[in-house]
Amino acid sequence: MDLTAYKFIGAGLAMLGMIGAGIGLGILFGNFFQGAMRNPSAAKSQQTNLFIGMALTEALGILAFVIAIMILNG
Amino acid sequence: MADPLHQFQIQKIVELPAFEVAGIPVDLSITNSVLAMMFAVGAVILFFALSTARAAIIPGRGQVMAEGLFKLVDDLTDSIIGHDGRAFFPFVFTLFLFILSCNLVGMTTYFTATSQLAVTLTLALLTILTVIVVGVLRNGLGFFKLFCPSGVPWPILPILIPIEIISFLMRPITLTLRLFGNMVGGHIVMKVFAGFIIALASAGVLGYLGGFVSLAAVVALTALEFLVAYLQAFVFAVLTCVYLNDVVNLHDH
Repeated sequence: MDLTAYKFIGAGLAMLGMIGAGIGLGILFGNFFQGAMRNPSAAKSQQTNLFIGMALTEALGILAFVIAIMILNG
Repeated sequence: MADPLHQFQIQKIVELPAFEVAGIPVDLSITNSVLAMMFAVGAVILFFALSTARAAIIPGRGQVMAEGLFKLVDDLTDSIIGHDGRAFFPFVFTLFLFILSCNLVGMTTYFTATSQLAVTLTLALLTILTVIVVGVLRNGLGFFKLFCPSGVPWPILPILIPIEIISFLMRPITLTLRLFGNMVGGHIVMKVFAGFIIALASAGVLGYLGGFVSLAAVVALTALEFLVAYLQAFVFAVLTCVYLNDVVNLHDH
């Protein structure tokens, strides 16, 4: 196989790192919604923390995507 | 299939001659990235000038938006940094507005300035240098207590302090890559689905239906990208406030 084929396989393998980010985001938002259903008046005050958590978790998934792009383009 | 990476290429629009500064060639020609950033900054200045020109007690629509943005960032600095937060409000507000306007200009015109690693790296370095300088000016050598959380039993410290230092040094890297990755990824996905529309629609009746599905996907992705544009600017501002809080309120660390 030539180099391009290996590059595509490598990029595909690197994207598997986003599985963890997806699961983490699901857990995060699920817990937030569960807490918000039990205590709706306190949900607004925790919205900022929700977005901080979302950004930090998503960033790790985006790092996997960046590595995939770097593999794909030399 | 069209190349989705072509949208990120820098093209010079006005070629200015390069000159040397201490042996390093500096090229200040106007590229599409520079133009996008100038347009974004101009749009923000114009919006704020127009909406606060005849400021009324009962605000009009533009003034409501401007005051809403102001309140958003002011509440951030106040709740995260605390009483001393007001001093950092101009920096965080400028950062938030610059990233938001560059993202929105990228959604509506031809080029996203924040999809360039150089731009996001500069913003992240500015932020972390501000954090370090503020920390050293406020706490002197006590700044290094940032890497030594209170209430930790002393045998763990030799392991914990290098981990804390590495995690501090990762902050500008993750700031850079978060904004860069979100912008690049979102735009690549949009262009790939847009390519599907053309490729499918020219392939028979079933392909025509597939083209419609791709069009619906592009519309949904565009809405998502507007949300991501606002969210990434907000997250950058929030994380700047959190890092500033770490060094400003060092004793409560």
